[in-house]
Amino acid sequence: MIEIDNIHKSFGQNHVLKGISATFQPGKISLIIGGSGSGKSTLLKCMVGLHQPEQGHVRYDSAEFTSMNFEQRVPIRKEIGMLFQNSALFDSMTVEQNIMFPLDMFSDLSKAEKVDRANYCLERVNLAGRNKLLPAELSGGMKKRVGIARAISMNPKYLFCDEPNSGLDPETSILIDELIQDITAEFNCTTIVVTHDMNSVMGIGEYILYLHKGEKFWEGSNKDMLRAEVPELNNFVFASPLMKAAKESL
Amino acid sequence: MFLHHFGAYLLLLKAVFKRPEKAKIYWKETMAAMVDIGLGSLGLIVIISTFIGAVMTMQIAFQLVSDLIPNSIIGQINRDSNILELGPTISALVLMGKVGSSISSQIGSMRVTEQIDALEIMGINAPGYLIQPKIIAGLLMIPALVIIAIGCAIVGGLIGGSLSGAVTAADYIMGITENFNGFTVTVAMVKAFVFGFIITSIPAYKGFYVSGGALEVGQASTQSVVIGCISILAADYLITALML
Repeated sequence: MIEIDNIHKSFGQNHVLKGISATFQPGKISLIIGGSGSGKSTLLKCMVGLHQPEQGHVRYDSAEFTSMNFEQRVPIRKEIGMLFQNSALFDSMTVEQNIMFPLDMFSDLSKAEKVDRANYCLERVNLAGRNKLLPAELSGGMKKRVGIARAISMNPKYLFCDEPNSGLDPETSILIDELIQDITAEFNCTTIVVTHDMNSVMGIGEYILYLHKGEKFWEGSNKDMLRAEVPELNNFVFASPLMKAAKESL
Repeated sequence: MFLHHFGAYLLLLKAVFKRPEKAKIYWKETMAAMVDIGLGSLGLIVIISTFIGAVMTMQIAFQLVSDLIPNSIIGQINRDSNILELGPTISALVLMGKVGSSISSQIGSMRVTEQIDALEIMGINAPGYLIQPKIIAGLLMIPALVIIAIGCAIVGGLIGGSLSGAVTAADYIMGITENFNGFTVTVAMVKAFVFGFIITSIPAYKGFYVSGGALEVGQASTQSVVIGCISILAADYLITALML
């Protein structure tokens, strides 16, 4: 479980996050949604420790993460898997080396065991046999899947995904969503996804946190969202004529 | 502004020299960086220093017109100039452009494509993993390159002097072997060691803290070369003033 409590973050005069609190449960997919500049990615970065909030707390299973130094955070970070918007694969390494990298750094597994683990992770994301390719040789969807494979290589307890569907065709987007869903169930991890993709919101959003101008405006499930009477949320989620029509038909 | 950057640079260096997570991985990275810096720059250093040595010999011969000065002095001046100044400093300035810009753009690209964030989230000390092997490789390989540069410049002087007729091979060899002061090599090695640190650490700092995109990575690379070159010249002056 991850708890965030009263998170405030500013960049100069720009107050990006204004007292955000929420609880993210294990085994569930939690989505953070909101318009551009609403603070979604900043909140995610505060949660994983890439940004230090000015005020507030982030707790991983009651362990106070915000006040820890780099060394104290390492044990928690070993349990974190993260999929980045642009995959953030290491350019100079092959697919296999990318997946094995956290194992090389933190495990005492033999080379054969690490290769087995990399093969398992690649099979899990339907990329078996692509071990020796370089990131530059992969399509956008494949990069995302390798990113997921790397994120699950250490059996994560917490999985963070920053816009996993951005730049992907609808079919691949659904595939990525299904993968995130399967992995969350398999590892019983606390999964937090920052997204703009309304198909994801409706498809996998078990808990949704809606941010608007740095504030928490609404929270609930995807089913609750259909009946929500929050104008800002409805303007954001049901902005397209298709989504409007879908809501009206309910 | 200067103090802000200097403070951030020192803090980065503190993070760089933290204990490695896994020594074996750092060792592999250090070896790769040594090949990259050392072997990757060897050809360039050999060509540049050989020509500098040859040109230096001809220019010294051109300026020494008195019959009272023996021709062997040309070899002596060429040797001492190359050991004390041209070998370490010209090599360092050239390497700043080649190695420095490469380090800055490599680390900068990793920053803007979130690869450094990925390392940090995994719990890896990103400054240590990315920068420490490069600094160690620079400290080991740049003095080695400077020694090669000095050797090539002296040999270049022999070839250039003989081919142009500025000095005979016998006079030149007599010049480079007489009145040799071993302390000049110590000064050259101190310079090379300090330059090796500057060439790797300043571009690493500029690359590590870049933000934005491809344009900013390019700008950081240019800035790192400019700041690095100025730092090399300032360090050159300080070491010379302190040691000679």
